[in-house]
Amino acid sequence: MAEGGFRYIGRKRRPREDRRFVAGAGRFVADLALPGMLHVALVASPYPAARLVAIDARAALALPGVRAVLTGAELAQATEALASGLDIPQVRRFPLAVGRARYVGEWVAAVVAETRAIAEDAAELVDVAYEPLPFVIDPEAAIEPGAPPVHPEHGSNLLYRRTFTWGPVAEDFAAAEHTLSFRARWHRSATVPIETFGVVARWDEAARLLDVWASIQMPKYPDQLARALRLPGNAVRVHFDVDVGGSYGVKRGIKHSVLAGYLARKLGAPVRLIEDRLENMRGGDAHGPDRLFDVACAFTSDGIVRSLRLRALDDAGAYAGRAPLQLGKPVGAIVGPYRIGSVEYEAISVTTNKTVQEAVRGFGQSPTNFALETMMDRVARQLGIDRVELRRRNLIRHEQFPYTIPSGSTYDSGDYHAVLAKALDAAGHADLLARRDAARAAGKLAGIGVACCLEPSGGNSAFEPLFNPKNETTTWMESCTVKVDLSGAITAAMGTSSSGQGHETLVATIIGEVLERDPETIRVVHSDSLTAMPSNSPVGSRMAIMLGGAAAGAARTLKAALLAVAAHDLGVTEAELEYRDGGVRLRRDPASGRSWDALVEIAHRKFHKLPPGMAPGLQAMHVWEVPTGGALPTADGRVQMYPCYAFETHVVYAELDRATGQVTLGPYVIGHDCGTMINPDIVHGMTYGGAAHGIGAALYERFRYDENGQLLSGSFMDYLIPSAHEVPDIAIVDHCTPSPLTAFGQKGSGEAGYLGAPAAVASAVNDALAPLGLAVAELPMTATVLGELLASAER
Amino acid sequence: MSQHEITLTVNGRRHAARVAARLTLVDFLRDELRLTGTHAGCEHGVCGACSVLLDGRPVRSCLIFAVQAEGAAITTVEGLAPEPGALGVLQDSFCEAHGLQCGFCTPGMLIAAEALLRRTLSPSEEEIREAIGGNLCRCTGYKQIVEAIRIAAERLGGANLAPGTDHG
Repeated sequence: MAEGGFRYIGRKRRPREDRRFVAGAGRFVADLALPGMLHVALVASPYPAARLVAIDARAALALPGVRAVLTGAELAQATEALASGLDIPQVRRFPLAVGRARYVGEWVAAVVAETRAIAEDAAELVDVAYEPLPFVIDPEAAIEPGAPPVHPEHGSNLLYRRTFTWGPVAEDFAAAEHTLSFRARWHRSATVPIETFGVVARWDEAARLLDVWASIQMPKYPDQLARALRLPGNAVRVHFDVDVGGSYGVKRGIKHSVLAGYLARKLGAPVRLIEDRLENMRGGDAHGPDRLFDVACAFTSDGIVRSLRLRALDDAGAYAGRAPLQLGKPVGAIVGPYRIGSVEYEAISVTTNKTVQEAVRGFGQSPTNFALETMMDRVARQLGIDRVELRRRNLIRHEQFPYTIPSGSTYDSGDYHAVLAKALDAAGHADLLARRDAARAAGKLAGIGVACCLEPSGGNSAFEPLFNPKNETTTWMESCTVKVDLSGAITAAMGTSSSGQGHETLVATIIGEVLERDPETIRVVHSDSLTAMPSNSPVGSRMAIMLGGAAAGAARTLKAALLAVAAHDLGVTEAELEYRDGGVRLRRDPASGRSWDALVEIAHRKFHKLPPGMAPGLQAMHVWEVPTGGALPTADGRVQMYPCYAFETHVVYAELDRATGQVTLGPYVIGHDCGTMINPDIVHGMTYGGAAHGIGAALYERFRYDENGQLLSGSFMDYLIPSAHEVPDIAIVDHCTPSPLTAFGQKGSGEAGYLGAPAAVASAVNDALAPLGLAVAELPMTATVLGELLASAER
Repeated sequence: MSQHEITLTVNGRRHAARVAARLTLVDFLRDELRLTGTHAGCEHGVCGACSVLLDGRPVRSCLIFAVQAEGAAITTVEGLAPEPGALGVLQDSFCEAHGLQCGFCTPGMLIAAEALLRRTLSPSEEEIREAIGGNLCRCTGYKQIVEAIRIAAERLGGANLAPGTDHG
């Protein structure tokens, strides 16, 4: 038995998915080749705002191999507008621009041809007459009076604005010994998976059924697809057995899918749309938060932060899907891991003539954490208190859990001080300080970054009703089906696709744990959307909690059935029996009982031996509701948004090159607590990867626009993803505070690396700059930004 | 569009084909030979997902036209296994260290690592990072990939030693 009394959970076990990938036998959407499949290329707007005067497709259609050119006017007639997370009916979004293009790269027409090359050739022949219109790129300028409207019908460029006040903020500020305020900027970046988004759609006219294979990670995707295409839900079959080549939130190609689905039906042939890299970065609608923070806080001379005022202005881009809700998730952890007693939070979502924003890892929590941690560093600096000590004074203490924050969420469990201490120990904090000081004495710019972060996980999507009262969503369930066949083999099914999180391993491990059967023998499959039970897809670090809970529930039902069958067959009560190693035996006589095979045989063949009322066969389905879920927000916006809260502390050493502004990182240590880990290699892997992603957001990655509204970073030559050279060797030190709310004490994982790293790197860079009297609260801190700052300081 | 006859060897098997001049090697491998293990990530030569060995050297198959591979010997991820259904030591080491998550960059990583391990079986961490420095991974932060390659080098290096030699 491993730690915690588990047989398989928490042990080093190879993730089962890995084998097919190292063999080159993954099944990604671009690997599908259906007979007669057609290919889509897009015609993109070169203007940030323009009226579409005319589209002349004659030359394109004349090219041999071209089958169709579709415009937004036709598509908008035949489909419903795509769903938005906000109540903004006049901000209508379709896969292709209708009458007006609103950002550079927006799809204006789709060309379908027999090969992708021909489609691309033909796309260049589509002649679009544009009438350029005024546009706005800067989110603050966008809400100034007289700003060019992105959606004139909507009336302004403001999509959402609400000020929440939780607790006596005004009083706390009035009574404060100290206050400080600053502005922080999180520039636009994203997760940018190495696989672009892709979809293949095929319409079967005889069955009146649309089959869809997609590189998708999106809640309610089949439902939204069916609604947009004006089909009943059971006329769309999404195949979830497609391997998704990374997502981390953004793989939500609903517009691509509606387009491909419509074309497949219209043309009577399978249609494939695979983004190329530029399409992915420009017209694919997969940018991340683009956020401006105004932060103020009130604190005591001892450094205890009493109150927080946070204004977050976020640039959603030209349309609003689910992305503006990324201002909502931070409500569930608005004070981070700290005991801040009152909060005012103003959330503002703005539309501009930029690429549309999509969900990114952490769903808005990483930028917010950067703002909060920058605030903690500044409080420490203002008071001359050590940054670590300041955090110790403000962190929620172990004995205070469960702990309710001002915005209404209760944190389940944690031991933040222990994790902080472990991370500092593992990093050799005292040695790091000596190393930093020696480097400084040698004339270098050196700094240490410390940052904490929470990973709210397994949520019930409560930001939906919070930001749109017409949306009464209070559940965000997940399901798992488990069956034992006549041979005694176990097969489990989940209702969603995976993008690297190892869900097959998760499910097999948990079922193996409950039924005491070797997980290696358990097959796990991805259902299609018609056979699947309800799922909300792997978002919000929810699968260990929610799919894990569903799998455990189904397995426990089977275990109960096996016990009942054995009791009936042996003529004893269940209390006289115990379940062991997949069989059932008498407590008083462990040599007697019924083996797994015997019980399976009874269940499948011997109805006469089954307990009265029991259905034959051995199968169970379990739908798990979010623990602590089920309630709507209060009138003042308090809500339990997530059940479980994982925690991390990041400690990183950085040196900054005076001449070039380049930052070198390492050592880098993460203290990590996500409760019980189901598979440590998977948890650690996502944490390393999340941190690498956060390093990218902190130092390198930015979707930059020029004053003409042109995207300047639409390739990997100018949008810089960290390589093995930039990402240091990260060390993780584990801690385990089990969640009292989940099947095995597990919490969510996958985001925290990304939630902590930007704040930690920013903290390190600012520590390095501190001796020069410089500070920067803008990410990414590119070499250009830092180089110019250093140069200006020398002048 | 001019067409060209080419002959090349892929994973030990000879292929003759007629290809358009503009057909890239990655599209040829994926679409014509249906070797879909090689992935197209950026199609502009940065991400490395499409890496294959061309006459033993790692190249980006998105930056090479199929016609340029005339007469070459190509190894793709499908050619790394010693026999169908089995895994090579390098592939197995990626499983051992969980040196992957979504699996999309993995074939390119394996090719880059294979090229390294053909040069040396005692690479330093710096050499490993250099070898995969042109391959982007968005999932792993590279740590477990570096570890996987280190394990593979150790195992392959150990296999070269005389039986009974203590190399643990």
